[in-house]
Amino acid sequence: MNDLIKILDHHPLGQEEMRFVYSSALVRAARENDRVVSVNCDLSSSTGTVPFTNEFPDRSFNVGIQEANGCGVAAGLSATGFIPFYHSFAVFSSRRICDQVFQSCAYAGLNVKIIGCDAGVSATYNGGTHMAFEDIGVLRSIPEITIVEPSDSAMMSALVPLIRDIYGVVYMRTPRKQVADIYPAGTAFELGKAALLREGSDVTLIASGMLVVEALGAADTLAKEGIQARVVDMFTIKPLDQACVLDCAQRTGAIVTAENHNIIGGLGSAVAELLSEECPVPLARVGVGDQFGEVGTQEYLMERFGLTAEQIVRKAKQVMARKKG
Amino acid sequence: MTTDLTVDIEKMRRLSADIRIETIRMLAEAGFGHIGGSASIADVLGVLYGGVMQVDPANPGWEERDWLVLSKGHCGPALYAALALRGFFPMEWLKTVNKGGTRLPSHADRRRTPGVDMTTGSLGQGISAAIGIALGNKLKALPNYTYCIVGDGEINEGQVWEAAQTANSFCLDHFILFVDWNKKQLDGELDFVNPPLEMSGKFEAFGFQAQTVKGYDAGAIYAAILSAKACTDKPSVIILDTIKGLGVSFAEREAFNHYLNIDQEMAREGIEEIERRYAANTYPGGTLV
Repeated sequence: MNDLIKILDHHPLGQEEMRFVYSSALVRAARENDRVVSVNCDLSSSTGTVPFTNEFPDRSFNVGIQEANGCGVAAGLSATGFIPFYHSFAVFSSRRICDQVFQSCAYAGLNVKIIGCDAGVSATYNGGTHMAFEDIGVLRSIPEITIVEPSDSAMMSALVPLIRDIYGVVYMRTPRKQVADIYPAGTAFELGKAALLREGSDVTLIASGMLVVEALGAADTLAKEGIQARVVDMFTIKPLDQACVLDCAQRTGAIVTAENHNIIGGLGSAVAELLSEECPVPLARVGVGDQFGEVGTQEYLMERFGLTAEQIVRKAKQVMARKKG
Repeated sequence: MTTDLTVDIEKMRRLSADIRIETIRMLAEAGFGHIGGSASIADVLGVLYGGVMQVDPANPGWEERDWLVLSKGHCGPALYAALALRGFFPMEWLKTVNKGGTRLPSHADRRRTPGVDMTTGSLGQGISAAIGIALGNKLKALPNYTYCIVGDGEINEGQVWEAAQTANSFCLDHFILFVDWNKKQLDGELDFVNPPLEMSGKFEAFGFQAQTVKGYDAGAIYAAILSAKACTDKPSVIILDTIKGLGVSFAEREAFNHYLNIDQEMAREGIEEIERRYAANTYPGGTLV
C-alpha cells in the first residue's frame, strides 16, 4: 500500500536554508494562484517571507507583533475567499494562538495555513522560550486540522502547493536552517500517506522532520548488526496514515517513533494511541522526554535531548527484545 | 429626502422591536439565555438589517454584500431574530435555539446559520476576523462595508486593541465598529470589574473616527453610520451609549442580567410591554425617549 519511495544514496546538508526553500515554494504557489496571501507578525526575515512581500506587496499583510490578531485576520481573509499563509515561530503559531486557531480558523471552517518555523531544537540560540517541543501536542486535539512536517527541501517544495490546494486548516512546522537532503528534487508526495523509505522485517522506525535522516542512519547501523529496519517518513502527523502504521506493526512486530518534539502529544503519542487500540506491539518513542528546551547549537541540543541515530538504535534493540516469540 | 429618512428610521425602529420580541420568544422557548446583551444590540441590528446593510437573504454568500461580525458572539439570539425577520431562514427555526441539533447555537456560528458571517464566542476574536474580512474586500476592490459589534466588556480583551491598531495600519475606511456600551459585563458594572477608561479617546488614539450616540436611538445610529461612511481615510467606531437589558422589562429590573432564566409568563409580559411602549411612542425604554 505504501510503495517504496526513491531516496538519495547520501544525505549531505541541503544547499539552502529551509526558510528560503519555503520562501521560493510560497512565491511559486502565489504565482500559480492569486488567492494566496501572506500574514506576517514581524518575523518576515526569520520565516522567509520577504521575497513574497517584494513580489506581492498588496497580498502581504504584516500586523506586527500581534500573533493572536494576525491569526484572526488570516481567518477573515479566508472568509472572503483568500488562502492565507500565516507565519510565525512554531511556539507562537501554536501555543500562543491556540484559541484563535481553534475558533477563528478550525471551528469556523476556514482555510488558513499556519506556518510554525524554528520548530524544536532548530530554535537553537533562542532557547527554551522559543523551543517548540509542544506545538503538535497543542494543536493535534483540534478537530479537522492537518499537521505536516517536511523532512527536507524537496519535500518542503512539494508540500507547499499541496497544503494550498486542500481546503482547511493546516499547521506546518519547519526548521529554519539547512537540513539533510533525503529525496531527489521533484519527488511527489501525497498528504496523509506516509513515505516508505526502506524495507525491513525486524523493526519499523517511524520518524518525522529532522529525525528522518537519523532514522536512516540508525537503519544503516542496525543493518551492520543483521537487523533489518523498515523506515517510514510520517510527514503527515494528522491525519495519521493509520493503514501504514498498522501494516508496519503487522510486518515487523515492533516500532520506534522518532521526532523533534516532546514524546507527549506528538508523533509518538499518535502512533501509540493507534497501536494500543488496534495492534499492540512493542513501541518505544524517541523524542524529548517531557522537558523544556534550552540554548545551544543544534548538535548539542540533539545530543542533550537524545534526538540521535544512536538513541534510535538503542530503542530499536529494546523493542525487538520485547517482541514475543 | 427627509421624508424618506423618517420612513426608513421608523422601519428600523419597528425591526428592532421585532428583534427584541423574537429574542424573548426564542429564549423563553429555550428557558434561558443571554438576554441582557442581546436586548442592548437590538437597536443597532434594527438599523443595520432595516436598511443600511446590502444583503441578499436568498444568497447569504453574495460576494459583494456588506458583512457583519458579531464579535460578542453570545448575543447570537438577537442576530438570529434579525436574520429570520429578514428572511434568511424560516421563523420556525427560532424555536430551536440551543436545542440539540439546532442550526442556531448560543454563540454565532458561520457554518450552521445562513447569514452569520463569522463564528464567534471566545471574546476578542471576531474583531480580528472582521479586519481580515475588510482587508479581503479591499484587496478585491469591492465597495462594500464590514461592520463589527464588540461588547464593552469584550474590550477588556487585548486582542480588541491589537485589531484596532491594525485597522488603522491598513487604513480600513470601510470598516465600521460598534461598541455596545451597556455598562455591564458578566460580573457586574464595567467600572467595578476593570474600568475601560475613556473609550472614545482610546479609539481616537488608535486612529479611529469616534462617535458616541444614544445606542437606543435608531435615527442617531443611522446618522452616525452616514458620518462614518463619509470619513474616508480611517476606520470608524460608533459607541452605543445604552443600557443592558433595555427594552425587555423583566431584564431591566435585574441588576445582574447578563444571562437569565426566562419563562413564558416573563416572555408574555416583556412582549406586551414592548408593544405598549411602541404604541405610546416611548419605545424602547419608558423613560429614555
